[in-house]
Amino acid sequence: MNEQALLGLADDEFVLGWRESEWTGIAPLLEEDVAFSSIAQNEIGHARAVYELLVGPDGDADALAFDRQPEEYRCAPLVELHLLEWAHTIARRWLYEVADEIRITALKDDSDAAVAGLAAKIDREEAYHRLHAEMWHDRLRDEPRFQAAVEELWPYALGVLPSELRGELVTRVGLAEVEAVERGTHTDDLAPLWEEMTVVRRSAPAGAQW
Amino acid sequence: MVAEDQVWEALEEIPDPEIPVVSLVELGVIRSVDVEDGHVRIEFTPTFLGCPALEFMKRAIEEKVPGAEVQVIQDDSWSTDKITPAGREKLRAAGFAPPAPRLVQLQSQVHKCPYCGSTQTRLENIFGPTPCRSLRYCESCRQPFEQFKTI
Repeated sequence: MNEQALLGLADDEFVLGWRESEWTGIAPLLEEDVAFSSIAQNEIGHARAVYELLVGPDGDADALAFDRQPEEYRCAPLVELHLLEWAHTIARRWLYEVADEIRITALKDDSDAAVAGLAAKIDREEAYHRLHAEMWHDRLRDEPRFQAAVEELWPYALGVLPSELRGELVTRVGLAEVEAVERGTHTDDLAPLWEEMTVVRRSAPAGAQW
Repeated sequence: MVAEDQVWEALEEIPDPEIPVVSLVELGVIRSVDVEDGHVRIEFTPTFLGCPALEFMKRAIEEKVPGAEVQVIQDDSWSTDKITPAGREKLRAAGFAPPAPRLVQLQSQVHKCPYCGSTQTRLENIFGPTPCRSLRYCESCRQPFEQFKTI
């Protein structure tokens, strides 16, 4: 596994964690308020673990997470989108979890034991995110509004995976392969999110202790 | 000179920061203790990666065993199957349904109420107050309870 791909995974989980946390306090159901907050916390925990793996025992994972410019992030455009609308939010949750499962399953066989071990640990926790996403997918799959949201986000979902893993996503989602919105490009939604998530760190004096 | 069993005894006194009825040893997160020429090396495996208590646990170990090198191992060697039988019983007594063994959970979806033992329980939310817990409701004794997730 190359470092750029691992950084892509970490950035996906990090940025999506921020996006999911935007539902804290305003989700349409109290149960979902709890669920989205918990999922966000888990995703950011996964990001931290991968950043720590990338920087090594003496490195600074926070610096990697927060001290880059927006265009340097390797996240897929799917996770950047500002979607405070339930059908789109659930469509992204479901599409992301299906794609992420394909990616994590592949990583569990990585030749680097540290990468494979961490992927296996992440996979155990993601099982609960998938249960949640599948529950909502079962509930909304026949709703035209949800179907339209899935179709709209589909090119973005393809962009989560490298081309060699997209065939499985096509099979599982049941939509035809289209031109993907590729990783490495960014949406206009990233910069305002970056402003928000880095504001405390950017405003703190160098060497501040938390 | 400190001996391995003394280190284990010290670690047994550290409560889990969020569920203090169980110790870190009962939680199964201490993977190994090695003592060589007075140097103590402790391998610690996180429970859930998103758990905010991880840093707290690591610091508690360092305070309890001064000078010890605490190595955090982020692989999948911890699962809820590592919780000791005593730890599971303490969880149950405190009103947390202990996690089903992984093998059992794969074959059945039965969840027992920690208060009355009934299996007539339903899922309220896959997620709960911390990443490691789900919320369930017992139809028999009408008691909501927290279910430790199996991972």
